[in-house]
Amino acid sequence: MSKISRRKFLAGSMAGGAAVMMSPAKKALASGAFAGFPDGMGVLVDLTRCVGCRTCEAACNQEQKLPEPALPFDDYSVFDELHYGQKRRPTDKAYTVVNRYEPEGSEQPLYRKIQCNHCNEPTCLTSCFVNAYTKTPEGAVIYNSKVCVGCRNCMIACPFHIPAYSYDSVMNPVIKKCIFCYDTRLKEGRPPACVESCPQQVMTFGKRNQLLKLAHERISKNPDKYVDQIYGEKEVGGTGWFYISNAPFEEAGFDQDLPKEPIINNVKGFLAIVPMVLTIWPALFTGFHLLSTKGKSHGHGDEHNHDTQEDQ
Amino acid sequence: MNKLVSNGIQPHDSAVKANGKKWNLMEKLLLGLSLDQYISQLFRNKFNWLLAIIFAIGIPLIIYRFIFGLGSVTHSSYDYPWGLFLGFGLFCMVPLSASGFMLGTTVEIFGRHDFEPIERLALLNGLLGYFFAVVFLLVDLGQPWRLSYPMVYSFGPAAVLFLVGWHVATYLSVQIAEVSTAFFEWIGFRRGYEFIRKGVIGLTVSGIILSTLHQGALGALFVYAPGKVHPLWYSAEFQWIHFFVSSIPAGLCMVICVSTIVILTMRWRCDKRFVDSLDRLTIALAKGAAMGLATYLIIKVIAVAHDNEWAYFATGWGLWWLVEVIGFVFLPLLILAYGIRHKFVTICRIGAFMTVAGILLNRLNTALIAFNWKLYQEIPHIFEVIIAITIFAIYVATYRFILNRLPILYQLKEQPMTAEATALEKEQLATEQQIPVNA
Repeated sequence: MSKISRRKFLAGSMAGGAAVMMSPAKKALASGAFAGFPDGMGVLVDLTRCVGCRTCEAACNQEQKLPEPALPFDDYSVFDELHYGQKRRPTDKAYTVVNRYEPEGSEQPLYRKIQCNHCNEPTCLTSCFVNAYTKTPEGAVIYNSKVCVGCRNCMIACPFHIPAYSYDSVMNPVIKKCIFCYDTRLKEGRPPACVESCPQQVMTFGKRNQLLKLAHERISKNPDKYVDQIYGEKEVGGTGWFYISNAPFEEAGFDQDLPKEPIINNVKGFLAIVPMVLTIWPALFTGFHLLSTKGKSHGHGDEHNHDTQEDQ
Repeated sequence: MNKLVSNGIQPHDSAVKANGKKWNLMEKLLLGLSLDQYISQLFRNKFNWLLAIIFAIGIPLIIYRFIFGLGSVTHSSYDYPWGLFLGFGLFCMVPLSASGFMLGTTVEIFGRHDFEPIERLALLNGLLGYFFAVVFLLVDLGQPWRLSYPMVYSFGPAAVLFLVGWHVATYLSVQIAEVSTAFFEWIGFRRGYEFIRKGVIGLTVSGIILSTLHQGALGALFVYAPGKVHPLWYSAEFQWIHFFVSSIPAGLCMVICVSTIVILTMRWRCDKRFVDSLDRLTIALAKGAAMGLATYLIIKVIAVAHDNEWAYFATGWGLWWLVEVIGFVFLPLLILAYGIRHKFVTICRIGAFMTVAGILLNRLNTALIAFNWKLYQEIPHIFEVIIAITIFAIYVATYRFILNRLPILYQLKEQPMTAEATALEKEQLATEQQIPVNA
């Protein structure tokens, strides 16, 4: 009897062991807090300066060799466009868009440029099961279309609704999003096309850490002008691009309910359970099996009780 | 087929024919009928006509999707990248297929061999559910031919989806091994059967491990979207355990539902052992489901308390949450409890159907309805709906094809029954006529 039990126990342990070998016990890669690369670049966007001229959209279109839009870039009727009641968002044909908002109690409209915020710990990156995303030391979140399977989990995960998908492509649909002009400019230390093109100096390009200081300075020098918040300083663990504004951010369509730490932190609890289940369950359930069946006629394997029954 | 059997036709259910010869594969595939009989019963069955209509519309659409891309059959939404194919196909099919590991554990780990008559049905239900979840996934993926990339080419081991991918693939293999015992019996490959039976404890334990983790992981996938999933359906701490715990009543109730449909429409295929034990087993499964539902109900409320989300109950979303949790968790729990207490099998079955509906509602709420609650609701493209229905219909057809043949609902006999014994069984199965079989 003991011989049988041992063999069964071993079989159970082996199966569990095999599962451990095959399964992602390397989750540790994602643990530990990451505050961003020390020399990572960023962009400070000062919404008070933006006049909604859409020059940045045109520059992006040209730099990224995107298709010509349906309406030209000097057509401002796009600010009134609504899709399911929503203002415009980045698509596979436009990596950045500017929207107009009318904050309460303000005569001036407020314009907000939207593009990938290049998070310190991007959720698109941590949710990708083929590691298609990379956060480069320069600060860009780039994407490798060669390995993308097209599950679109990154689109689910991105808290800012940034990644778009080229659904129209049959053989090679891929994610399309702002990559901080990484290939053509950032790698060489140059600012992205949109920043360079802006006639209003809405955007300031520089090291993220220094830009944060600059943003705090601007707010403290003009406390009446700015609301006392840098959107992107803390949101989802900090973003490479961040915003200062004269109107409350929620009135310019920013989501103020996002967690102040990287979203991956929410998932770490589950990821920590994984190796525990893989290790504990085999012994636990093989133990249950022995406890509940030992000494009883339990009918299979070597004893063939159950099998002979079937034969009758 | 019920009609044929009542007219004295004996379907294939034993290793050798009445005259002692072995059945050949073609005869087994035709269920022991002649080709004419088989085809005429195919045409007589009205359900086949319904399937034919669905396939006639849906299969060309699936081909259309692969020729013209995802954009041609969906709204190509950037805000709702996961539509019905994953919202229904993956997130609903997988919990409803938890039955395999539940019954595997009951029979093999706890040695409860009294559950054996329904074990194989539960295992098959698990296998097919997972298999078709993968089919749905293949239709939804942008580049399905790269499905193996996370296994062999490019690894993102910190992602929850990496775990889901690996575990579903591994568990699918485990389930194929588990169900293969029935297949080996059917084709008469005794050694294969014995080989698998030897590893059954190992297979079952890996089934439990993999199920715990990926059922939970499907929930954890939504933890990535705190700004998008409505807080009542979002719980950073408990999401995975909500999905795991709810998969238990889901899987058990799915077996009750399938066995109900089977006993009503495919009675000819069920042997006496299955028919006689079904009432007892339905109530036993209902007990398990009721315990699972009670636990699930409590941890759902705990999650609301944990994140202090009571204020949302004053909104429309709160009301919708209450419809789901009271109408499709608490109410079926009461119905199941009543059915168990008074041993009313029909009541238990009603409770089981409601529980399954509740799980569907919960998964659709999390993935689609309460997703992007700050933005807008998306109604899926009509082609997307048709394709989802078609794949589900293929699932049903495959399910029935296998149940008709493999020894799932019946035990394969060494020898065909004598005429008297069969007649006796027929009597007990409440068939009116007593006709000599094997005539």
